[in-house]
Amino acid sequence: MQRALKKYFPVFVAPTGIAFTIAFLLPFVIGIYLSFSDFTTISNAEWVGLENYQRAFDESQGFTSSFGFTILVVFVAVVSVNIFAFAIARLLTQKLRGTNFFRSVFFMPNLIGGIVLGYTWQQMINAVLANYGTTIISKWEYGFVGLILLINWQQVGYMMIIYIAGLQSVPPELTEASEIDGATRWQTLRHVTIPVIMPTITICVFLTLANSFKLFDQNLALTNGAPQAQTEMVALNIVNTMFARMGQEGVGQAKAVIFVIFVVLIALVQLRATRSKEVEA
Amino acid sequence: MFNAKKAVAVLTAGAFALGGLAACGSDDEAEGGEGSVYFLNWKPESEETYKKIAAAYTEETGIEVKVVTAASGTYEQTLKSEITKSEAPTLYQINGPMGLVNWQEYALELDDTDFAQDLNDPGLALQGEDGKIYGVPLAVEGFGIIYNEAIFEDYFAMDSAVVTSMDEINNFDTLKEVTDDMQARKDELGIDGVFASTSLATGEEWRFQTHLANIPVFYEYDEEGVTDKQEIAFSYNENYKNVFDLYLTNSTVEPSLTPSKTVTDSMQEFATGKAAMVQNGNWAWSQISDIEGNVVAEDDIKFLPIYTGVEGEESKSINIGTEAFMAINSEASEADQQATIDFVNWLFSSEEGMDYVTNDLGFIAPFESFGDSTPSDPLAKEVNRYMTDPDLEPIPWVFTTFPSQKFKEDFAGGLAQYASGNMEWSDVVDIFVSSWASEKANLG
Repeated sequence: MQRALKKYFPVFVAPTGIAFTIAFLLPFVIGIYLSFSDFTTISNAEWVGLENYQRAFDESQGFTSSFGFTILVVFVAVVSVNIFAFAIARLLTQKLRGTNFFRSVFFMPNLIGGIVLGYTWQQMINAVLANYGTTIISKWEYGFVGLILLINWQQVGYMMIIYIAGLQSVPPELTEASEIDGATRWQTLRHVTIPVIMPTITICVFLTLANSFKLFDQNLALTNGAPQAQTEMVALNIVNTMFARMGQEGVGQAKAVIFVIFVVLIALVQLRATRSKEVEA
Repeated sequence: MFNAKKAVAVLTAGAFALGGLAACGSDDEAEGGEGSVYFLNWKPESEETYKKIAAAYTEETGIEVKVVTAASGTYEQTLKSEITKSEAPTLYQINGPMGLVNWQEYALELDDTDFAQDLNDPGLALQGEDGKIYGVPLAVEGFGIIYNEAIFEDYFAMDSAVVTSMDEINNFDTLKEVTDDMQARKDELGIDGVFASTSLATGEEWRFQTHLANIPVFYEYDEEGVTDKQEIAFSYNENYKNVFDLYLTNSTVEPSLTPSKTVTDSMQEFATGKAAMVQNGNWAWSQISDIEGNVVAEDDIKFLPIYTGVEGEESKSINIGTEAFMAINSEASEADQQATIDFVNWLFSSEEGMDYVTNDLGFIAPFESFGDSTPSDPLAKEVNRYMTDPDLEPIPWVFTTFPSQKFKEDFAGGLAQYASGNMEWSDVVDIFVSSWASEKANLG
């Protein structure tokens, strides 16, 4: 079996490999090249060196401020999504009636596209704020809260499913043993369950981190950066640089490269940090 | 065994070849032959009609016409990716002089084409820095204040009405007096407000950040005798504020709620008779006529120029111009270019083509060949009335020189904050001036 797998390895990998090359690797390499160029379309690029990278940090670009806002959103979202998802997963792995039904209900929002969610929440939040004579784009705080609500609503269900899988893999002997030894529920959770499901936490934190960083359509539909680009996240800022301004394509591309490097670094740090806490059950 | 390694090598090579194509783009295949037309359409609402036109043309001449439509609001993105393909669009749209800066390399000189020479007003053509024509408008449009004449008739019949006919409203002061008085008597008139809500939700602010801003910028250009400025003073900002305040205060909704309103909301209020006026263009006709519960009679829908309190504005009419210019891809093969020129000539000068343009697309085409034939909708008729009125001078669309979408969004953000009461007017003016300067500088 092992040998057969080895022999046919290229056949199995080739389709994915080719797709990956066409849809990811090549555009990525071309993208890096373009970030050093001045271009309107990808075929008329002219090399300009580091100029785009310098211009990316001009104040009028709003790149650094969108980074700040994004980090704030990501931080709050990662913490809140994971806490809610874990809490709900705990609840739904108890012996309660209708857990399967609730699992589906919580998972459902994940199936709806970001644009639809964005506009729906915008309407709902505006309907509430209208009672106070204001709207979601009047203050950035409203937009921020709106984004956090939206992200939670959309992602909690998905993370919950992963946490449920993790919780179900915790050997019952371990929790039983700790109960017999007189541990409280909190102590069992803290010293037995969480260490065992650490790999699940790694995955969930990684996914929420990546999802929140690259958040785009929700942001576009909910506030589109208003007021004054104060709720503009990095992905939206990059797209706006490419398409809402003239002669800025290279700068947008440079921002995209910087963004990729930054997110990869953060993700690696996070993986290393949570991995180091994983234990063998 | 089947040679797996070889298969992988072939597949990978294929993948790289494909990738290579994507990377370097438009090398045209064999020249000559009949040529074909590839039209990248930017009006999703006209897609069906264009497909019908393409089929009719192919049937008549045997020349293939392909129509691809970019989804709403994504024209620039679509064009950017389509034009690098080996089968690139031969006919596409350029968005005014700012668009030409970006697309100059792909724009064919059109001076010698029949359709460029057939323009009513040669000044409508889009000219490059060298004075040559690179874009030709396919339609002119107009915008101003759309009003419901029936509501005004009710008002004029009231005791102590400020004026008694529409003709008397020909400057800002009168407009304001009338509007204020109507707002005070809105219950008697059976309306929620004189003006439909000002739509300042994101993506819905174009009536104000672009169209309304056209007026102060036009007067500033006009005063200095220029057609574009690297840095703007926004010296007519008070005039802008005049009319913007009028919209906000004499409206169906509280000013602070306007950032949640969309264009559809405003058009709905107008169509259902809850508001007497709304600022929009002739393209809004379909929105008025299609709304369920529409109570406005077709004959009652009229245009009023937007008065802002500038001296001599009595002689100005509504804003008439064009934003979309047809351009032909200069990188396409000669046969394709010729085929495209023939197609456009056919569309705007043959009887069949002209019929499609006027009656199906509903365009007011700016060509001599069209004579007086205009679409039959009431707003298009109004645009035509203002265009042909010898006593009134239309305000041209100078907003095509606005530096970028980013600039418009910055300004719109300021307007929304001003309407919410979070920002002073002087700060909005600052945003306008500084964003204009920095966005123009980017074009360098």
